[in-house]
Amino acid sequence: MTADASDRRVHASLISVTRVYPATAGTQPVHALGPIDLELKRGEFFAVVGPSGCGKSTLLEVLAGLQPATEGMVAFEGRPVAGEVPDGIGVVFQEDASFPWLTVRDNAAFGLRRNGTDESEVRRRVDDTLAFMGLKDFATAYPAQLSGGMRQRVCIARTLVLQPRLILLDEPFGALDAQTRLLMGDEVLRLWRQTGATILLITHALDEAAMLSDRIGAMSARPGRFLDIVETGWARERDSTIVSEAHFGEITGRLWDNLRGESMKSLGYAGMYAAAE
Amino acid sequence: MTATRRAFDTVIILAIVLAAWQGLHQWVGSTALPAPLPTLAYLAKLVPSERFAESAWATLVTFFWALILSYGLGLLLGVWMGIHRLSGAVGEPILISLYTLPKVTLYPVVLLIFGLTLPGRVTFGAMHGVLPVALLTMNSIRNIPPVYVKAARTLHLSHRQTISNVLFPAAFPEIVSGLRIGFTLTLLGVLLAEMFASKAGLGALIINAMQLLQNQEMIAVAIVLFLFAALANAVLLWMEHRLHRRV
Amino acid sequence: MSKVGWLRLVVIVGAVGALEVACRAGWINHRVVIPPSEMADALVQLLISGKFNEQIARSFGLVIAAIIIAVVAGFIVGVIIHALPRVRQALDPFFATYYAVPIFIFYPVMIPIFGLSVIPILLMGVLTAIVAMIISTLNGLDRVPRVLTKVARVHRMGRISTALRLKLPAAAPHLFTGVKLAVSYGFIGVIASEFILAPAGLGRVISDAYSDFDNRSMYALMLLLVIVATLANTLLHLFDQRWAERRGAGKS
Repeated sequence: MTADASDRRVHASLISVTRVYPATAGTQPVHALGPIDLELKRGEFFAVVGPSGCGKSTLLEVLAGLQPATEGMVAFEGRPVAGEVPDGIGVVFQEDASFPWLTVRDNAAFGLRRNGTDESEVRRRVDDTLAFMGLKDFATAYPAQLSGGMRQRVCIARTLVLQPRLILLDEPFGALDAQTRLLMGDEVLRLWRQTGATILLITHALDEAAMLSDRIGAMSARPGRFLDIVETGWARERDSTIVSEAHFGEITGRLWDNLRGESMKSLGYAGMYAAAE
Repeated sequence: MTATRRAFDTVIILAIVLAAWQGLHQWVGSTALPAPLPTLAYLAKLVPSERFAESAWATLVTFFWALILSYGLGLLLGVWMGIHRLSGAVGEPILISLYTLPKVTLYPVVLLIFGLTLPGRVTFGAMHGVLPVALLTMNSIRNIPPVYVKAARTLHLSHRQTISNVLFPAAFPEIVSGLRIGFTLTLLGVLLAEMFASKAGLGALIINAMQLLQNQEMIAVAIVLFLFAALANAVLLWMEHRLHRRV
Repeated sequence: MSKVGWLRLVVIVGAVGALEVACRAGWINHRVVIPPSEMADALVQLLISGKFNEQIARSFGLVIAAIIIAVVAGFIVGVIIHALPRVRQALDPFFATYYAVPIFIFYPVMIPIFGLSVIPILLMGVLTAIVAMIISTLNGLDRVPRVLTKVARVHRMGRISTALRLKLPAAAPHLFTGVKLAVSYGFIGVIASEFILAPAGLGRVISDAYSDFDNRSMYALMLLLVIVATLANTLLHLFDQRWAERRGAGKS
């Protein structure tokens, strides 16, 4: 393993990881991902972009321990990831995972309550996080009463309360309109700076990746592999206004150069694999 | 539409029904169909009577046991078929066929096995209710969004915590729908059993009244049952809506 | 057939087989349940002898009549109510409660009015089935996308033309659900009424066979009912599947 305990700069890694979905009744095995190598540096903001069905979500789930790697090794903070989601990793999913039967506050408190934390401590951390996410006024509302964007913020709050060191975001803003997405991008940056966590963001939006990240991995069509890893060089104190800079256009241009051919390939058979992604 | 307007419309409908009843009565004569007002007066006297209370109690007891059986078996079956995908896939069409089969065709078998007894009526009632409970429970589990399970794992919940704190609340609204339909169908089954061949219960009371040519009694009991079922259903529906509004 | 299909066949055959063995071995009293093979044999002989054919025809005739009346009248009433929103709002609680109430309690009420004839039985069949058709019709008409009416206006189609060529096909899946329910309920309505009280018919004959301790006839006729009901539902289901595939709804 290249990530030993003394090298604190590497936070999580995938080494020659592949993921093959085993054959089920009526389907062939699907080679969804890899072989892929990835080293996440501690505290960095890394985005993964690629065409539909290329295996981006699979990469996230393998890294989180939600799915096993078929080959290769997955490590987090120097220890192998296998079977369960390691403590210290938080995940925000593409679909709305807010629990409709709980209020916003109870949703956010959910993880903390389950591991037996003292109730006054729970209250404090939850209130702080809700204020941080701008949900303080909605603490007693139910998710069904909120918009899609706010429900995603509830999911993010639920993850943040547990103070994860690595946050995985799987196209969390996929269902939102473009303007809301840009604003949510600013919020994610704010979250990143204040928590100091390492962030891995999956997105199909090139502009979003270019604006938010320190590094961007451009993924090929299925089976997904990194075609290129682009360093953006942005300052840590950035926000959505950088979209007007020339360098932004260079980054998105370079990403599209890599991905244009792959996207066309994936459109040819995107329909068939849509269900498996 | 405002609530008062809706209430007003309901009153109009009721008035039309009563007027139609009166009209029909005048057309066919009172041996065939008694007039509404005397019948309602009879109803007011019948309900507090001892005779009625006895029959109502018998039906209630039968219904109670049948409901426990329906719910218990239905929930167990539904949960198993929801969790164990293969059993669900194999069993669902079988259950659906049984659901659409008129269970009255099986009544003689129940009668042969149990005779004219309480267990027989309870079984027949439960036969009607168990299927919707099982089917809707099974579906409620299948319909749990997979992302909830993934979220539970990222929140480091144990298996037991996942089931009781995530899966059960997620499935609950649809389970309640099944319980509501199970309620009404079990009641139907119990009443049918009482009407077919029984000496006890409100269903038997109706048939008895018919054989003794006591129309007023027949209609009065039917109205009481109608009101009870309607009210119970309204309450369960209200509960269901409260649950579904949050989803 | 898929693996699941085979497994299902095994389960059903196994269950029937187990019943057969249990009956023949005497674990189940012959006076309570007769072996399935004997039921089938009795049915075949009964049909050949023609002893009950008149009753069978009468009952199935009533079922079919009830279904047709319920579907046609239910559809027409549904269309009318859909066009009168205030009436619909007023009737809404009635529809919501209708199937929660055991309608059969009103069957004895009809007998003094119409006499012990086919009419109360047919009426019960129709009344049990018609509301399902009305509700399905209302749902179907609700689900016609608004954009279709706009398309109709762009093409300058008249009201009747719009109704027949756009609204009806768009509402068709729900209407078909209504038909399926009407078939089920029509069956239940007629047969259950004949069980409760009837001068003739399949329900009456089965009930008599029970009273006369004639298990062979009783089970034979019950088997007939089960077979016919299952066949009808299976046919409807297959029809539904073919249709659903064309609409991209996938297999159920």
